[in-house]
Amino acid sequence: MIRGVAIAQTDTDPLVIAGRTLRSRLLLGTGGFPSLELLSAAIAASGSELVTVALRRIDPAARGSLIDVLAGAGVQLLPNTAGCYTARDAVLTAKLAREAFATDWVKLEVIGDEDTLLPDAAELLIAAEELVDEGFVVLPYTTDDPILARRLAGVGCAAVMPLGSPIGSGMGIRNPYNIGLIREAVDVPVVLDAGVGTASDAAIAMELGCDAVMAASAISRAQDPVRMASAMRHAVQAGRQARLAGRIPRRLYATASTPEEGLPDFGPV
Amino acid sequence: MIVNGESSEIRAGETIAAVLNSLGLDLDARGVAVAVDGEVVPRVCWEMFALAEDARVEVLTAMQGG
Repeated sequence: MIRGVAIAQTDTDPLVIAGRTLRSRLLLGTGGFPSLELLSAAIAASGSELVTVALRRIDPAARGSLIDVLAGAGVQLLPNTAGCYTARDAVLTAKLAREAFATDWVKLEVIGDEDTLLPDAAELLIAAEELVDEGFVVLPYTTDDPILARRLAGVGCAAVMPLGSPIGSGMGIRNPYNIGLIREAVDVPVVLDAGVGTASDAAIAMELGCDAVMAASAISRAQDPVRMASAMRHAVQAGRQARLAGRIPRRLYATASTPEEGLPDFGPV
Repeated sequence: MIVNGESSEIRAGETIAAVLNSLGLDLDARGVAVAVDGEVVPRVCWEMFALAEDARVEVLTAMQGG
């Protein structure tokens, strides 16, 4: 039976985004790892098959190649448009990433301000529509707004990536009701992005119905990133299993799990 | 011209290949993309694309992020 459960997790319950099958429901961000060696070990421990990269000015003095490390890990690249504040810049960055990495997948980020790093909803929707028209597989980083998520799915995004809380804040999921509503609002995969602080946050995301979780800082800035990568992997699997298993309803009063029938009568005290 | 925000010795008429060369890169460098004046220049054009005196060139590659 244990073998059967293992098969159910990996083979019969895959995540499918834009027709591509992924066995892992954990997406890994590469930002914040202190070294490429730690990043490589964390990728292996996470089991992730989809890993984000950013596009920045080349540094001729840089040592070691991120591209080589990721190629060696056998993961699919998910370029992001981090740092873009306008639809124009995000679209151009996505096109450059397509040139650089030979993938038409993009994690679309259009940021509204540098203090919160919250998405600029209006610019995001414009960029998403343009990139879908250009043939990109668009995974937008979005607010936890079910209406915006529906609009993004409506223009053809391959998934939606609502935030649990601001990027790097580690505050977990501040509005679990909205994440649940987003799951009901769209037919594309929902990937909880941003705000995950520790393994339980990832499990909660999956229990709420998310199809996957993206983690970056929570792993890369943990005191032991490789151990946290493993913790996240298991939390995502546990949360997914719990979601599929169906949790019991919450009740105010106790419900005995041991039957009342057959209680012995020991007489008066 | 300006390459990655800094003024460059590369002269007008030279190609993107020269810019890449100045950064120690080959034409077949993996994970590299080039924009000139806010437009993507596809890899197949790097050898022919002649740069203007006031061109603003961005040479980008993968960095950890997201």
